[in-house]
Amino acid sequence: MARKKKSLFGKIVRRTFLTAGAVAVGGVAFGAYLVNRDHDNPLVAGEGEGVFNPFVKIATDGTITVITPRAEMGQGIHTTLAAMVAEELDVPLSSITTEHGPTAAAYYNAGMMEEGAFPPAFHSGLGADAQRSLMASMGKVLGLQVTGGSSSVIDGFDKMREAGAEARAALVTAAANRWSVSPDVLQTENGSVIYAAGEQSATYGELVLEAAEVEVEEIPALKSRRDWAVLGKRQMRTDIAEKVTGAPIYGIDVQLPDMLYGTVKISPRFGAAAVSFDDTAARAVPGVLDIVEIETTTGKGFGIIATNTWAAFKGAEALQVEWGDAPYPADDAGITNRLVAAIEAEGTQSLMDRGDVDAAFADPQGTIIEAEYSVPYLAHATMEPMNATAQLTEEGLTIWAGTQAPGIVQSRCAALAGLDKDNVTVNTVFLGGGFGRRGEVDFPLYATALAMQTDGKPIKVTWTREEDTTHDTYRPAAMARMRAVVPEGARADAVEMKVAAPSIIPSVIARTYPNLSAAGPDKTLTDGAYNQPVNYDNFRVSGHAADLSIPVGFWRSVGHSYNCFFHEGFMDEQAEAAGMDPLAYRLAVMEGDDRLDPARGVLNKVAEMSGWRGSVPQGKGRGLAQSLCFGTWIAMVVQVDATDDIRIEKVWAAADPGTVMDPRLFRDQVIGGAIYGFSAALGEEINFEDGQVVQQNFWDYSFMNMEQCPEFEIELLQTSPHIGGAGEVGTPPAVPALANAIYAATGQRLRQMPLSRDVRFLGV
Amino acid sequence: MQLRINGEIRTFDAEPDTPLLWVLRDILDIKGPKFGCGVAACGACTVLVDGQPVRSCSYPVDGVEGEITTIEGISNGDTLHRVQEAWIEHQVPQCGYCQSGQILAAVALLGAVPEPTDEDIDLAMTNLCRCGTYPRIKAAIKTASGQGA
Ligand code: FES
Ligand code: FES
Repeated sequence: MARKKKSLFGKIVRRTFLTAGAVAVGGVAFGAYLVNRDHDNPLVAGEGEGVFNPFVKIATDGTITVITPRAEMGQGIHTTLAAMVAEELDVPLSSITTEHGPTAAAYYNAGMMEEGAFPPAFHSGLGADAQRSLMASMGKVLGLQVTGGSSSVIDGFDKMREAGAEARAALVTAAANRWSVSPDVLQTENGSVIYAAGEQSATYGELVLEAAEVEVEEIPALKSRRDWAVLGKRQMRTDIAEKVTGAPIYGIDVQLPDMLYGTVKISPRFGAAAVSFDDTAARAVPGVLDIVEIETTTGKGFGIIATNTWAAFKGAEALQVEWGDAPYPADDAGITNRLVAAIEAEGTQSLMDRGDVDAAFADPQGTIIEAEYSVPYLAHATMEPMNATAQLTEEGLTIWAGTQAPGIVQSRCAALAGLDKDNVTVNTVFLGGGFGRRGEVDFPLYATALAMQTDGKPIKVTWTREEDTTHDTYRPAAMARMRAVVPEGARADAVEMKVAAPSIIPSVIARTYPNLSAAGPDKTLTDGAYNQPVNYDNFRVSGHAADLSIPVGFWRSVGHSYNCFFHEGFMDEQAEAAGMDPLAYRLAVMEGDDRLDPARGVLNKVAEMSGWRGSVPQGKGRGLAQSLCFGTWIAMVVQVDATDDIRIEKVWAAADPGTVMDPRLFRDQVIGGAIYGFSAALGEEINFEDGQVVQQNFWDYSFMNMEQCPEFEIELLQTSPHIGGAGEVGTPPAVPALANAIYAATGQRLRQMPLSRDVRFLGV
Repeated sequence: MQLRINGEIRTFDAEPDTPLLWVLRDILDIKGPKFGCGVAACGACTVLVDGQPVRSCSYPVDGVEGEITTIEGISNGDTLHRVQEAWIEHQVPQCGYCQSGQILAAVALLGAVPEPTDEDIDLAMTNLCRCGTYPRIKAAIKTASGQGA
């Protein structure tokens, strides 16, 4: 059943299309043939094994293996993708073994690309749907195996269920052939095919070799939601046993025979190289074997090769280097000037321009309010610092890495080592946190660069925390200037939002697809500002790409991470100008558009949960924020106690992703996402001095701890017509809801991040 | 050098200033303790020394005295420690990277305070978790201490 068709056009298409969620270079259309063509199945049946498709294989001993080809970074995606297969295969989840599987185009993510389409999630109709399906097709044609954009469930929902259904159909047909009966009289239950009338049954393991020969013409109809036995219910995570026993499952735990250890010291000024260096002291460190120069598309500097990680770290510390100058403003003031210059210049894109904003401001029917908001650069600070292991032998290059983008790792590392990508094997292991950081290629590239100097020995290259903090692909610094015309007691007549930030997509493309160039608007720049559930008559959102070459990348919720703060902070300011309650004001802003029902639904739900309409004790305050992000509608209420240092006491959130695969995993993502947002508010910022990042380690770049963590109450609704994501949706509303709560408690309006610049938080 | 780790005497060679963490991970292939920061700020590298939680990344091996327990040493064969059981019941981990440290910190806390209050937990559990699993850590500690969730 393995489909074997040759990839004819892959190369051409790879050069022609841009990938990462925003734009197609040249907008080239491609034929239906290419879109409908299936990628090769990378799975090869072993002895006593049947392979049904790229996702399901069953062994004669009954072992069912499901390939869950997305990065497991804590979101529970292996569990949920396996549950989709279990549902259609009629087996309990506990009987399935999950494997990340090989790196292959068959594991493309069309869902992430679809999210890159410009129309807001609630827009349907010919134009919007055509754009989404074009983006999705591009994901398939490119064979882009990535985990990001909260898209794994959206992408996998049909694919994984169909994979299970296909395998089940083949097993049933095999049993029908064996017993010479019609498949229609057979049932499946708990890993067996049953012929009740004939008192026959056979396990999947007994049938698998025959079943693997069956050609399934048409994938049978999938179960309807009300028949689900596995999906929609809490499942035990497939990775929990390993994670409570300290099992060696992460990249940093890779252990190979004859392995060397290394670290890197890359130019702290991005894009610069060493002017001079002295490695005498570094070479004298016991355990240090070699110091090598490395030059890659992501950074230039040095690699330290040693007999253990600690020796490598000490070698890096002892290495004396004078670095070249930064090709960008050397400090925060210079960076801010670039943002201001961008916002004062003509916008580089506008994905929302409704009504006549200029006319509405020329003859204002209400009070004009104006505000400026700003946010700093941020680091991802995954708990496991960047690391990767590489081995280069005559057979080729092998990489072990916790990566969100194994296909890109494969092609970039192949290019560095001068190999064909077919000679590069990427083993994806568990990620000690991702948040977008591990979709980058720098850490496997540096491991490859060092492996090119170790005569065939494998080398594990681990970054120090300092190297990690100072060499991130940062969440951009950003600034917004907003104004609105607000009549008394009614929603704004006109709203204008200008957002300036360095553009993420071109920065990512330069590192991951250096042969391509980005073109067209970068959706991420104003994502979460232009496509929200609002119904102003006159509304304009312009993006102003700032000229800053500091590397920026995807940071949990990407553009939403700052735009929601701008949008929902300013929303509260509008409510105040209108003399309205923040909840009533938001509902008024949504009025007149039925497609926004799920937005009203989550707002009303969270209001009910939090007792929004009730009174709040002296010294405390509640704030509200909502967002439509990654296809999910979410509203959040935060309560703070401001009688002393501000304490975030309680958080209520209601989210509507349409269909919930696993309510506990979804809830935990909302909580984790919100904590990620609060952490930023409590003091995260990346500053620049002398062209270098100031912050070094958790002492100056920390995040929320146990004592600061609030209580959470989460409710999930399922009314939205489309499935939405989970991994990033808790982050955007957390900061504005917190800022609005502090305003409610203290009367102090917070317009810059981190909020700790203006107020004192408990334990900061 | 010699250390007693998880009930076994282990002999090894290391530079005396090597932090205990790197001796465990790179020299003795005990991978439960994780590297997060290297400066005693996160707790990912937590091990127990005579039952006390210690941040092994900042503990030079030549100064180590006492019996070391890592996450690998708290279960009894296939029988997990009650803290690990509670961690499973509450499905605490997300990425899981901080969790061996969290579990050992919880084991130490319950050794000192058998029925910790929320405040006790806030004070004792200073290990960081970037994924934000704190609410479930708290609930699991309550369960492990027999207080219900
Ligand atoms: S690695 Fe030891 S405390 Fe962070
Ligand atoms: S579970 Fe990921 S850092 Fe704690």
